[in-house]
Amino acid sequence: MIAERPLAVLVLTALLAVPLWALAVDEPFTITLATRAAILALAAVGLNIALGMGGLVSLGHAVFFGIGGYAMGILAYHAQTYTPLEIFGLSIEGTKSMPVIWLVATLVSALAAWGIGLLSLRTSGVYFIMITLAFGQMFYYFAISWSAYGGEDGLSIYVRNGFPGVNTLVPIQFFALCFALLCAALFLNARLQAAPFGLALNAARQVPARVETVGLNPVRLKLVAFVVSGAITGLAGALFADLNRFVSPTMFSWQLSGELIVLIVIGGVGRLMGPVIGACLFVTLEHWLGGITEFWHVFLGVILLLIVLFARGGLVGLLTGKEGPHV
Amino acid sequence: MSDPILATHSLSRSFGALKATDNVSIDLRAGEIHAIIGPNGAGKSTLIQQISGVLAPDQGRIELLGEDITRLSTVTRARAGLGRTFQISALAMEDTVFENAMLGALGARGNPWSFWRAAKRDTALSETALAALEQVGLAEARDMRTADLSHGQRRQLEVAVALTLAPRAFLMDEPMAGLGASGSKQMTGFLDGLRAEAPILLVEHDMDAVFALADRISVLVYGQIIATGTVDDIRKDAAVRAAYLGEDL
Ligand SMILES: Nc1ncnc2c1ncn2[C@@H]1O[C@H](COP(=O)(O)OP(=O)(O)O)[C@@H](O)[C@H]1O
Ligand SMILES: [Mg+2]
Repeated sequence: MIAERPLAVLVLTALLAVPLWALAVDEPFTITLATRAAILALAAVGLNIALGMGGLVSLGHAVFFGIGGYAMGILAYHAQTYTPLEIFGLSIEGTKSMPVIWLVATLVSALAAWGIGLLSLRTSGVYFIMITLAFGQMFYYFAISWSAYGGEDGLSIYVRNGFPGVNTLVPIQFFALCFALLCAALFLNARLQAAPFGLALNAARQVPARVETVGLNPVRLKLVAFVVSGAITGLAGALFADLNRFVSPTMFSWQLSGELIVLIVIGGVGRLMGPVIGACLFVTLEHWLGGITEFWHVFLGVILLLIVLFARGGLVGLLTGKEGPHV
Repeated sequence: MSDPILATHSLSRSFGALKATDNVSIDLRAGEIHAIIGPNGAGKSTLIQQISGVLAPDQGRIELLGEDITRLSTVTRARAGLGRTFQISALAMEDTVFENAMLGALGARGNPWSFWRAAKRDTALSETALAALEQVGLAEARDMRTADLSHGQRRQLEVAVALTLAPRAFLMDEPMAGLGASGSKQMTGFLDGLRAEAPILLVEHDMDAVFALADRISVLVYGQIIATGTVDDIRKDAAVRAAYLGEDL
């Protein structure tokens, strides 16, 4: 058994050590895998705020991942083609600057999450799942038909975007950026959880009637959680697109939304390190088992089944010996 | 006589053909405990739910401190000063006792939009929460998980959360339910002192408690108030005896 805080230090140290080791033995692909794990973890940290703290089973979080991806793709596309982006009668320059792209990705995702949340939170339970799924599908098909930005084929970006003082083309340096953002998001998550907002949200998940009776609006609390959640997942989307230097409608796919939920459940719903452990395991399995068989998802399914049946707190629950929140 | 703190005027609510609340007019005055008694299914909980805003009445009006609150949401009514306890404890079971009390303190503050500083470092919040826990005698159990509390302790916590709100009027739905003799006695003593802070509209089955506590009693039968009066009036009332209390009193 290990307490939650040392576990966090341990997991993050391991996630940092693997690419450093890969650098030493000159295995750049392993660095890419670690970067992929860090980005998926960031996306899942975002979802975990809605899912774990707010109890909102969103099967449409790929919407924000995709929005982040397209924010990067569109801004970089206009920069690399030297064409301005015409929108709302404005003419905006494209950009290859990561900080600007991150800001746009985060803000647009937050705005989308606010709109989607406002409508979806009128429902709960299965209906909430179905509405978020429907939004996901709408964005997916919209992206497919959006021929200006590649439609079904997606958009390729020739050179990875830049960050002041960092050579983002060097894998370990790009990893460092992603890792730093993951740590920042985890820190934010921990603060939120301990803050009065987290306290109220936590109660709104368990007993909304009680929260109303003390004069607080549970739906509003969940909406704010959904917005923060979407913004973080959107940021991860921008990084993911930059990792691949490519965006396509599959970033909006419901399979991706489902995979995010699955890796959180495996890691531990509502647990700080749940998404990180889940994402690392996911990427490892995807790489190793995916090399052996096309049907590696079957193994993922078996793990998921075992966790759901025998370890409701996920891997974090097993490691810390504490069950954690129920969703 | 001063204006009532809380009043309903001709409140009615039906479920299909069933008149669960039928033309109910009651009031709650400063400093009093007004008990609502009546057999199971008489409509006591339905009445509480309409006053707290969970259920909309078909007809009638509800006033708090002279303001019409009939159309206000539960959230707004709570902010206007209604402190409610549930018949079946509605607490965050995964959280600690202290965290549940903190939720109440946060509600009293009316602003949960604080995202950075740890809630337990917020001394104003913790002081409100702790004071309420001390008042009901739960300070010792503050770090226990609510799910691990005894039934009686949960009832106490229900009341503590309402206390943190420093409400203008309490609505309590069977706070003694399932408490047992000694628990009931303890809660009775506690509520006795509480009326000085704010008046209590008390729905209660435990007749010993009601007769010990109530300044006034209203008897609800089939959704209608059939009598309102002091403990002595109600003991003597023939209709009440026939309908509810039984002849052996
Ligand atoms: N939501 C509802 N739908 C239909 N009937 C209800 C509902 N709530 C309560 N009732 C009925 O209204 C009557 C009053 O119920 P209630 O207020 O719970 O009584 P009490 O609290 O006095 O025992 C009962 O006959 C009950 O079955
Ligand atoms: Mg009842």
